Amino acid sequence: MKNILYVFSGVIFGIVMFKSEAISWFRIQEMFRFQAFHMYGIMGSAVVVGASFVAVLRRLGMNSITGEPMKFSEKKKLYKSPLIGGVIFGLGWAMTGACPGPLFVNVGAGYSVMLVVIGFAALGAFVHGLIAHRLPR
Amino acid sequence: MEFIFSPWPWYVTGPLIGLLVPLMLILGSSFGVSGNLETICSLVGAGKVSDYFKLDLKRRMPSLLFVIGAIIGGFIAANWLSIENYSIALSSDAINSIQSLGVFDTTGLQPSELFNWEFLFSVNGFLLFCFGGFLIGFGTRYAGGCTSGHSISGLSNLQLTSLIASIGFFIGGLISTHFLIPLILTP
Repeated sequence: MKNILYVFSGVIFGIVMFKSEAISWFRIQEMFRFQAFHMYGIMGSAVVVGASFVAVLRRLGMNSITGEPMKFSEKKKLYKSPLIGGVIFGLGWAMTGACPGPLFVNVGAGYSVMLVVIGFAALGAFVHGLIAHRLPR
Repeated sequence: MEFIFSPWPWYVTGPLIGLLVPLMLILGSSFGVSGNLETICSLVGAGKVSDYFKLDLKRRMPSLLFVIGAIIGGFIAANWLSIENYSIALSSDAINSIQSLGVFDTTGLQPSELFNWEFLFSVNGFLLFCFGGFLIGFGTRYAGGCTSGHSISGLSNLQLTSLIASIGFFIGGLISTHFLIPLILTP
């Protein structure tokens, strides 16, 4: 039952990302050239809504449906790795016009060349895993 | 029914994406996609090469199922919830800039001149999509998350690390858009 709900959430995500055009290479170009508000509107309003609900959930202190406490994002306090890794990610994001979520949505939407991009993204994640212990954090 | 088939505005889609953050928390998981790249490595046997990929796959199942759903969602939206041959309402500035890169066909959701196998197997296509994909995977795992895990979920949880990562994403995107991509694409 839980598993169906995870798939269902993903289906919603895929439909919304497609219908918002956020999976489009064109829209990412437009965003990084500051030529439209569209993408900023999507991300800004997503964070405002997300943050409001997270604040309420934290205050309520309820458990998730699995009976465990909710897994609120507590990212380790790091400075170098999010910045350096972030810049590297950003380079690829603009090139392919897709971040990891949209890569998968694009495949579903029939843009099969994105399968190759996912393959190389997995390769990148693999190489990172191999040298992770040597990288500055 | 027309509003279903036309593109949905940002003030509808943005809040819907934002709602996925509390939804995934209530379901006992968290919103984030890029960890799945490591899960894929692990599934194809990377654990034999490096202990880094000896992952608790059970714990990663919710996120993997989410991504499978995302593929299904993309299929549903493309095949049953949109009109054929529609064009994005790009700003005229954007159309001019994109065409100056040598990408002339700005109809459809994706540039037909780039999203095809012939281009992928060209030198430029390899640089844009294969090298680009590699950078996505390496960068997002080094940064500890991507646009969903850091910029949406992390910022919704007011995480400083996510703010730094999001600024990094943007710096990289700007460098790529204004220097690298013109270098790769401009004839």
